[in-house]
Amino acid sequence: MKASTRQVNGVTVVDMSGRITLGEGSVILRDTIRDLLGKGQKKILLNLGDVTYIDSSGIGELVSAFTSVRNQGGELKLLNLTKKVHDLLQITKLYTVFDIKDDETAAVGSFK
Amino acid sequence: MRNRVSYTLDSTLDSVNKAESTAAQFAARAGFNADEQDNIAMAVREAAVNAVLHGNAHDPAKKVFLVCERTVDTLIITVTDQGKGLDPSCVPDPLSPENLMKGSGRGIFLIRAFMDEVRFRNTHPGTEITLIKHVGGKPANAKEETT
Repeated sequence: MKASTRQVNGVTVVDMSGRITLGEGSVILRDTIRDLLGKGQKKILLNLGDVTYIDSSGIGELVSAFTSVRNQGGELKLLNLTKKVHDLLQITKLYTVFDIKDDETAAVGSFK
Repeated sequence: MRNRVSYTLDSTLDSVNKAESTAAQFAARAGFNADEQDNIAMAVREAAVNAVLHGNAHDPAKKVFLVCERTVDTLIITVTDQGKGLDPSCVPDPLSPENLMKGSGRGIFLIRAFMDEVRFRNTHPGTEITLIKHVGGKPANAKEETT
């Protein structure tokens, strides 16, 4: 799994690719969020368009990331879900928990 | 590919990946479509994760046993650990409001969601979980069993 960050109008967009699974993928996500929060970057848009696979550990890591950012007064949103990830969030009832976007410009503009 | 394979695996994440890829190959050969193959592979991955992490607790002295078998219309995959045993009735519901935002606890839920039948058996010590998927869908008498 790879994660790279870029700044768009005050929002940190994290472009993720590969698998978010137990082990490396989940750790990269966790470390990325921790680093961003440590730098005070609390408006985070996770672009999951190139994420091919998420297991239960990865889902849990997304939930933990969401909670960590929210607890620090920030916002974390998801962008470009693949069908697989979309379906997983549906069956785990998390689809309505996350703020999910499919257009980056609109997503960036939606942050407070 | 043979109709039945069995592996004795170490309690490592590499074993989880091995179980997942083996299940995916068996599912493909059994005639499941791409989505079903992915779902079966994920269910087996989750079962293997439970075996390595929660069952054997990464203990290098303990093994995970994987058996994949296919019949004309059914895929049967068994994952067994040598841990303390698991009572599936004690696993919290990850969909309940108090658990929804927890960072873990969704593995068995996903297994149940993706397979037609799921059976748990305490092997004293250890847990055996049998995952069954029928080509063409779930039969009317499919159910979950615990012994």
